[in-house]
Amino acid sequence: MCGIVGLLMKKPAWDERLGELLVPMLVGMTDRGPDSAGLAVFSTALASGSKISLFYPSGQPDWQGVADSLQQQHQGEHQLIPNGAHAVLITSIDAQVIKNFLLAAHPQLVVLSVGSSIDLYKDIGTPAQIAERYQFGALTGSHAVGHTRMATESAVTPAHAHPFTAGRDFCVVHNGSLSNPHKVRRKLEPLGIHFETDNDTEAACRFLEWRMREGDDINAAIEQGFEELDGFFTFLIGTGDGLALVRDPFACKPAIVAETDDYVAIASEFRSLSHLPGVKHARLFEPQPRTIYSWSRA
Amino acid sequence: MSTPYRDFDLAQHSLRELNHYLHHEVKQAAGTPVRVFNPDGAHSIACGVDTAVQIDVMGHAGYYVGGMNQHAQITVHGNASTGAGENMMSGLVRIKGFASTSAGASAHGGCLIIEGDASLRCGISLKGGDIVVGGSVGSFSAFMAQAGRLVICGDAGDALGDSLYEAIIYVRGEVKSLGADARFEPMLPEDHAAVTQLLTVAGFTHPSSEFRKVASARGLYHWNADANQEY
Repeated sequence: MCGIVGLLMKKPAWDERLGELLVPMLVGMTDRGPDSAGLAVFSTALASGSKISLFYPSGQPDWQGVADSLQQQHQGEHQLIPNGAHAVLITSIDAQVIKNFLLAAHPQLVVLSVGSSIDLYKDIGTPAQIAERYQFGALTGSHAVGHTRMATESAVTPAHAHPFTAGRDFCVVHNGSLSNPHKVRRKLEPLGIHFETDNDTEAACRFLEWRMREGDDINAAIEQGFEELDGFFTFLIGTGDGLALVRDPFACKPAIVAETDDYVAIASEFRSLSHLPGVKHARLFEPQPRTIYSWSRA
Repeated sequence: MSTPYRDFDLAQHSLRELNHYLHHEVKQAAGTPVRVFNPDGAHSIACGVDTAVQIDVMGHAGYYVGGMNQHAQITVHGNASTGAGENMMSGLVRIKGFASTSAGASAHGGCLIIEGDASLRCGISLKGGDIVVGGSVGSFSAFMAQAGRLVICGDAGDALGDSLYEAIIYVRGEVKSLGADARFEPMLPEDHAAVTQLLTVAGFTHPSSEFRKVASARGLYHWNADANQEY
């Protein structure tokens, strides 16, 4: 069992409330996922350069050391914004070059996400503890994807927590379990796609991102997913543009959507939506099985 | 003068306080209807009640609302999540909005009324209860239903009545597909009477002539070595 939540603000005036409204959504799914949690927040894209979310899973973070080594080795503009064990790096240098450098120079460091608009957090603990640890309530942005995990098929570590990312400004959270993640992985690895964990959701994430890099739009990528990903799932996908939601053909895992003129909110259960302003008059519905729902800010 | 209702606000009271009252104390006050405010999707509201008491849930309920009900008349003034009225023995559970998956699962008796749509697997393994759905039902509804009746005023999804035993389905709208061993059968006078009676209980006014009957062909009751796993 796991819990998923998502929130997309339809109007920029609501962006400042993203974290404030999202934290109770995440905490509301604690019963479904008490062992770890994560959150991807999308905000206004950088005009140039990249944002990289970094994380020290254990030990004392040495952010000054990271910043110093970057300045010494890579001529460019780097801004490192630490937040406990988490930091956001904004850099003018090619993100893949920086990622490779950081992983070689600081082996304890984990790169959580890369893109122009995504910040990503994930850690072990209850959703309330993690929200407090990284001050989720203060986050702002246009949309966000969150997850609370009750592990069933792989270890409880920060790396196995959701969201999973691949490529740029792309993440997936998943409630359910896949029966053929190793088959998917055996298909992707010979194409040069590198996996970081043995988690089933990572296989789905990398599969969908690979399809989009090959030219599929998100709908076409998910249609391919229906053919290749076997198992139970409600997937919530975050991109720089917005959110996409899909349930497996048997609707084994729950989801409910509340939509108003101001926002679209998605959760595994209504109890994570009940605090939202105006939810009593929102259009409430359960997504149909094997049907793609997507929302963008535009 | 005593208040005409016993109110529980789940923003103030715990679910356990509510259900403890409904299990232990309500018998001494059975004439007093109960209202539940701010249900906000909490699970197991009014589960296992065995007293003839009226319970109004003033909002959206979570999993298993009215589950295992005996005798109580429970109305949810909102939507219900998974397993509404599951394993009901008697009484009545009414959902004013829509119901999620597995509504009325395994119900032995009583009546579950869903005024909106019901999701997949409505009435799965039904064991004698009645279910009336004002809207449409999702796929695999009445899967392996053994006894009881499912009345669908709207449409049905795929595999309606798959592996049906002796439960009867009445459907007014389109059926996307019938499940294995389910078949349409003629509506007999007793079927028209049953549909009319159940619609009257539910408060719907469709004429019974608009309904079709789905029942088991009983082809799966005995092993057929020649079927080659094709049904």
